[in-house]
Amino acid sequence: MSATPASPTTTACTCPECEASVPFARRPLQGEVVRCPDCNAELEVTALDPVVLELAPEVQEDWGE
Amino acid sequence: MRVGLLYSRVRVEERLLIEELERRGIELELLDVNKFQAEIHDPTPWQRFDAVFERCVSQTQAVTAVRVLESFGIPCINSSAVIEACGDKLTTSLILARNGIATPRVRVALDPETALEAIEEMGYPVVLKPAVGSWGRLLARVNDRDAAEAILEHKSTLGSVQHGVFYIQEHVNKPGRDLRVFVIGTSPIAAIERRSEHWITNTARGGQAAGFRITSEIDDLCRRTARAMAGQTGALLAIDLLETEDGRPLVSEVNHTMEFRNSIATTGVDIPARMVDYVLGIAERRSLTRASQAAAIAPSSSAFIAPGPVGVA
Repeated sequence: MSATPASPTTTACTCPECEASVPFARRPLQGEVVRCPDCNAELEVTALDPVVLELAPEVQEDWGE
Repeated sequence: MRVGLLYSRVRVEERLLIEELERRGIELELLDVNKFQAEIHDPTPWQRFDAVFERCVSQTQAVTAVRVLESFGIPCINSSAVIEACGDKLTTSLILARNGIATPRVRVALDPETALEAIEEMGYPVVLKPAVGSWGRLLARVNDRDAAEAILEHKSTLGSVQHGVFYIQEHVNKPGRDLRVFVIGTSPIAAIERRSEHWITNTARGGQAAGFRITSEIDDLCRRTARAMAGQTGALLAIDLLETEDGRPLVSEVNHTMEFRNSIATTGVDIPARMVDYVLGIAERRSLTRASQAAAIAPSSSAFIAPGPVGVA
């Protein structure tokens, strides 16, 4: 499930979960994790040109510090 | 000097590290581990790096990529040996025990019935932990035999093969907090205490962080731990400590991909800057070594001139 793409210069993108606007304070980076301010979904930047947000993958067993 | 940052997700920590690396003006390449592939007979494409800074959330991906890069002669921070030593709690405990470092008692068993016997011998409560994993996930405090039987059955029936390794740690009745010490190389640079009403105090599970002044006892313990886990040059480590009721610190876990977002303001220490200092120090040594090797291999200018006729117009 992915959000409406935004151009690389856009400072906001649409949440794929609730369709709220997710703002970027700085230029987004590939793989960056952000939270939707409305529904609190954890989202990941999966493309930059244009910027695409998808629901972040579930935590895997070997993830950690 | 060129540094690669190997990552899977850009969290607050990676963002801070990237910004710090960019401020230093070095050539930085962001390496998405999901795009990582390497021809193991051909290190050439990777030789442009003086160091690779590993920041993956997946231990499997991290150790695999780092092993390959190390085989190409590229210093990785942390090394695959450190990732393996820290990433498996049993390996960590074995290293700590072998080096005489204070740590909770641990038993390991490979069969649920044998694990139950081990727990009964240790006495309740005990803590069952997955050998691999983090953020306080799937920890279980086992208060009695009924709970032990239920949890062991669940782990052996529902868990992956890894959950068939029963890592049983003594329960340390800590004073409502645990401690985390950030170590650069072998030097402790900052520490926090994590408090929670719950027996699990990880900040990922809601524990509240506050700055903690490192005592000489804890400084020494962490230096010895860093050397045991990573050798004389150490590594980038976050060492988790529990305190016994009589105040003795015990090393509980050692983390190789430290998270620090809640610890910069609370400690007043610029942790990402100190981490970057360490990484760039290693990259610079590699860069200088490569430069001197290149100079040694390259023929001198006089030797390079092919002999030819002299004095012929």
